[in-house]
Amino acid sequence: MQRGWFARRSPAERVAMDEMNDAWVKCNGCQQILFARDFERNLKVCPRCGHHHRLSARERIALLADPDTFVERDAEVVSADPLGFPEYADKLNKGRANSGLPEAMVSGTCTLSGIPIVLAVADFAFMGGSMGSAVGEKVARAMEYALEQRLPIVTCSTSGGARMQEGLLSLMQMAKTCAAAARLHEAGIPFVSVLTDPTMAGVLASYASVGDVVIAEPGALIGFAGQRVAQQAQVVKPPPNFQTAEFQLEHGMVDIVVPRKELKHTLYRVLRFFTGG
Amino acid sequence: MRTVLDFEKPIAELDANIEALKRITAEQGIDKSEEIAALERDRERLLREIFKNLTPWDRTLLARHPQRPYTLDYIRVIFDDFIELHGDRQFGDDGAIIGGMAWLNEKPVMVIGQQKGRDLKERQRRNFGMAKPEGYRKALRLMHLAEKFGRPVITFVDTPAADPGVESESRGISEAIARNLREMIALKVPIVAVVIGEGGSGGALGIAVADRVLMQEYAIYSVIPPEGCAAILWRDPKRAPEAAEALKLTAHDALCFGVVDEVIEEPLGGAHRDPLTAAQIVKEALLRHLPPLQKMAVSKLRESRYERYRNLGVWQSVLE
Repeated sequence: MQRGWFARRSPAERVAMDEMNDAWVKCNGCQQILFARDFERNLKVCPRCGHHHRLSARERIALLADPDTFVERDAEVVSADPLGFPEYADKLNKGRANSGLPEAMVSGTCTLSGIPIVLAVADFAFMGGSMGSAVGEKVARAMEYALEQRLPIVTCSTSGGARMQEGLLSLMQMAKTCAAAARLHEAGIPFVSVLTDPTMAGVLASYASVGDVVIAEPGALIGFAGQRVAQQAQVVKPPPNFQTAEFQLEHGMVDIVVPRKELKHTLYRVLRFFTGG
Repeated sequence: MRTVLDFEKPIAELDANIEALKRITAEQGIDKSEEIAALERDRERLLREIFKNLTPWDRTLLARHPQRPYTLDYIRVIFDDFIELHGDRQFGDDGAIIGGMAWLNEKPVMVIGQQKGRDLKERQRRNFGMAKPEGYRKALRLMHLAEKFGRPVITFVDTPAADPGVESESRGISEAIARNLREMIALKVPIVAVVIGEGGSGGALGIAVADRVLMQEYAIYSVIPPEGCAAILWRDPKRAPEAAEALKLTAHDALCFGVVDEVIEEPLGGAHRDPLTAAQIVKEALLRHLPPLQKMAVSKLRESRYERYRNLGVWQSVLE
């Protein structure tokens, strides 16, 4: 829309304008125009209203892992199209292009403030972070590796839910990831689940909800049914903060809501409780 | 009022004709037995033909058929001395999930299932079979009770979805389902699940993690209702029949994916035409699957249940 206006200018002017344009971002929360540099430095949290913008999996890993310690695992596990579902192949290609990732989940090992952990992080830019067979497999493998190495595991979810395009097989990933979580539970391996914007439906109703400690980012959309479905089904009017991190905290579904700049240190303190002493 | 689905109409017409002839025989004493026999032969041929060529959407409608037998109908036929147990001990009692103690041919079992309502009042009371957190928590409480006393668990799955409302969200519907998944995987007694109608996504799975999952011929099992899928894909819920095709939600598909272990036959024309026979066939299947599971060592049982779910999914390994 803005581009039409720029198009009237000379090429040189246009380059200058584009550069200037890149120097600014608009906050999705308060709509304020912000310096991109300040915004990035503030971990994509609006310095004015505190709105937490989504991070890519790579950004989130950079936020949590100590520098140069992240070693990716299971990068070869990617989606197939077992149902021959309409437009799925195209969507997978778009997801790869949008996220620069082969799949909606990146997992591996790293240290977090010196504590060795397994880390699995979802990326919303890859088909809304949805969980198909490959994502389920990567979560299960990460958990099994944590069990085998007796390392704590941290998952960071951002997902619309189970991936519709793999039908029943996606649904079964809920059981698969919870099966792996059950083994961690029995073996006493710490599992911390971080819910980021948004964590919905089949992901919230499976592994993301069974962490020993559940942490959420401020303002994150966290809920079971899509807003539209929930609204249609309403007999009771939803409160203004319905399906936010704060709503889930208030209703006892989340242990802590932590601002992004404190997330790493909070995780460190939680992990230290389980592993230190 | 009996509901007649569009593709059932030719059969309903024949039924009406047969009824009329029978009435003439009774009222006027005119022998119409040959004509009746001919029509009944036609009827059976027609039924076979129609039910041989059902589309996934036809099957969806059958799975939701208002006359289809529900969990309590099966319990009445299959088990003896059912004692319904109520409540989750935390919040309340959910009418959408029922459960209790029962006997399957002289063997004690815990039975749990989603329950839809037959008339408007009961449908409301049972929330159309859409369970709230307290329903899933009641189910889990009964499973732990079964575990404590070494009784196997049998579940009947029939729900459009878990309840999506504000109340359910407030009481942690996601957590309730997630916890059931984690606990059912580790339960120390055998679990057999039977999908008898609608296997509606996470709401169904919340009581369907089992050693053996059986599914009736005309039941469906899906990650999303076809209407919702069509709304997302094409912004048009009316294209649900196409979505039903794409989602591969039939019993045969579920068998191919390894999600179910056996497809249970239904009487000709579907369970709603002969609920008693339908229940007998389900009972036979339960009696076949349960005893071998009960003979397994607990560690072996849990190990194979883990492997069953661990191996579900189709993905590819691409080395860069």
